[in-house]
Amino acid sequence: MNRLFSALALVLLSASLAVAAPLDAFKGQKGSIDIAGGTAHIPVMKKAAQAIMTANGDIRITVAGGGSGVGVQKVGEGLVQIGNTGRALKDSEVAKYGLKTSPFAIDGVAVAVNPANGVTSLTKAQVKDVFAGKIANWKELGGKDAPISLYVREDGSGTRETFEERALDKGTSAQSANVVNSNGAMKTAIAQDPNAIGYVGIGHLDDSIRGVTVDGMVPSQENAANGSYNITRLLYMNTKGEPTGLTALFVDYIYSEDGKAFTSEAGYIPVDKK
Amino acid sequence: MGNGILHAAASSRSGRGWVFLLRVSVLMAMGGMALLFLMIVAFALPVFVQGEGGGPFTWSWAPGQGHFGILPMVAGSLAMGATAVAPGWLMGLCLCAWLLSPEKAGRPGVARTLVGGLVRVMTAIPTVVYGFAAVFLLAPSIRMGLGGSGFSWLTASLMLSVLILPTVVLVLQAGLAPRLEAVALAGAAMGMSRMELLWYVVLPSARAPLLSSAVLGFGRAVGDTMLPLMLAGNAPVMPDSLLSSLRTLTAHMALVTSNEVGGAAYDSLFMAGLVLIVVNAAVSLAIRRMGERA
Repeated sequence: MNRLFSALALVLLSASLAVAAPLDAFKGQKGSIDIAGGTAHIPVMKKAAQAIMTANGDIRITVAGGGSGVGVQKVGEGLVQIGNTGRALKDSEVAKYGLKTSPFAIDGVAVAVNPANGVTSLTKAQVKDVFAGKIANWKELGGKDAPISLYVREDGSGTRETFEERALDKGTSAQSANVVNSNGAMKTAIAQDPNAIGYVGIGHLDDSIRGVTVDGMVPSQENAANGSYNITRLLYMNTKGEPTGLTALFVDYIYSEDGKAFTSEAGYIPVDKK
Repeated sequence: MGNGILHAAASSRSGRGWVFLLRVSVLMAMGGMALLFLMIVAFALPVFVQGEGGGPFTWSWAPGQGHFGILPMVAGSLAMGATAVAPGWLMGLCLCAWLLSPEKAGRPGVARTLVGGLVRVMTAIPTVVYGFAAVFLLAPSIRMGLGGSGFSWLTASLMLSVLILPTVVLVLQAGLAPRLEAVALAGAAMGMSRMELLWYVVLPSARAPLLSSAVLGFGRAVGDTMLPLMLAGNAPVMPDSLLSSLRTLTAHMALVTSNEVGGAAYDSLFMAGLVLIVVNAAVSLAIRRMGERA
């Protein structure tokens, strides 16, 4: 009986420690952090900022977008403490501003169709033609005779950026495609529509939709993490020099269990700190 | 605060305190409105003036290529409003006529009480509930029955007409019921049923409530964000049929603000907001005019 109690107490204690630990670093801290740059980062940054500000009212964190270019420029000029980019820094940028980069997530995007669809693999060229509107019937891809319903994400979505950059080689999608505004809405649309094709963050793949093999690459979290699936990109936080003080705490918080949870929630694969 | 007001009123015999407080609150409300309007115009103006890549009043929305045209969305909003209000208003009128004409003169039966109550309840249903129901029920049936992807002008427009139904019914009821009561006795003496009275006497003389219910319904349909966002497909181009995808101004603003903070795409939203305000102002001015004429 006694052993049972102590075991229970231990479990409870470790549970409470695990919940509270990452935020403890901010106890007694004061000040503000401004973050700008990549839009794909915003959901993760906002969640982290909310958690930190809820735990400690003396800390103010602002999160803005603007894109990777804006992120580099603002952090380089000292206007913000963290500038986010959805691409690796260029050598010229590192040299000019003395930036330190911290990749924290892999953003992988999977092409997805309805599970009832017979088409399970496509070439990259076919994917490009489908999303450009050049291929409009599943028959041309070896499926049944039915019009293809295209679903894309809204402009500025990180998932759309990654998809257009890596799968369409910086091409654009057809203007007449249906636009949905979240990974969840995309899943619902594809799961409902037997003729649908769209794309979701790899973390959002489940039984309700089917990930399509592209050029022989099978979309999965593991393949995205080990590099054998390449419709991916890394998400970076950049600071001017080594991060210090509150900024360093924030960067570490993104790598903590809490930060990883926020990263997964946004549909990305968390990466450990180097 | 409430005590303060009472106290102020009691201490001044002529109620000058009250008048002062009223003036302050009116001034604050007006000032807020004016500031809001100024802000939107001030933010929208640079977008209008710079005009690079064609400016906001063009037909192409492609932020990647520097095109920030919102005209497809303006047209989308107006088209959506029109196709939503036509069936919505007709349904509302029929429903209202039925509600106002019980067979046993004067006393509404169980069915009418229930339906009347239901209409009132409908005003309180959040649009996202309609949206979800339609995503799983209406969109698939349209896809299977009529073709297309199911997310279309028609889908959103049908749900919007359901959404504006209670607005139309309640406005019509408020306008028609007193007119009907005024002639009910005379009509009964002449052997006319309430439905006949409505059709031959009340409706021909009730232009104001008929118009204002249509205009209010239109305003509500144009202003709704959730239903077009969830159901209309949101392609930023002009639809070529009722079954193709369409983007309204409200859905457009929701889509762009979900990622952008600052930047040209974001700024062009202020122009979209200005257009929405102008449409709504035109609608409420139209209502005023009708009120004066009636």
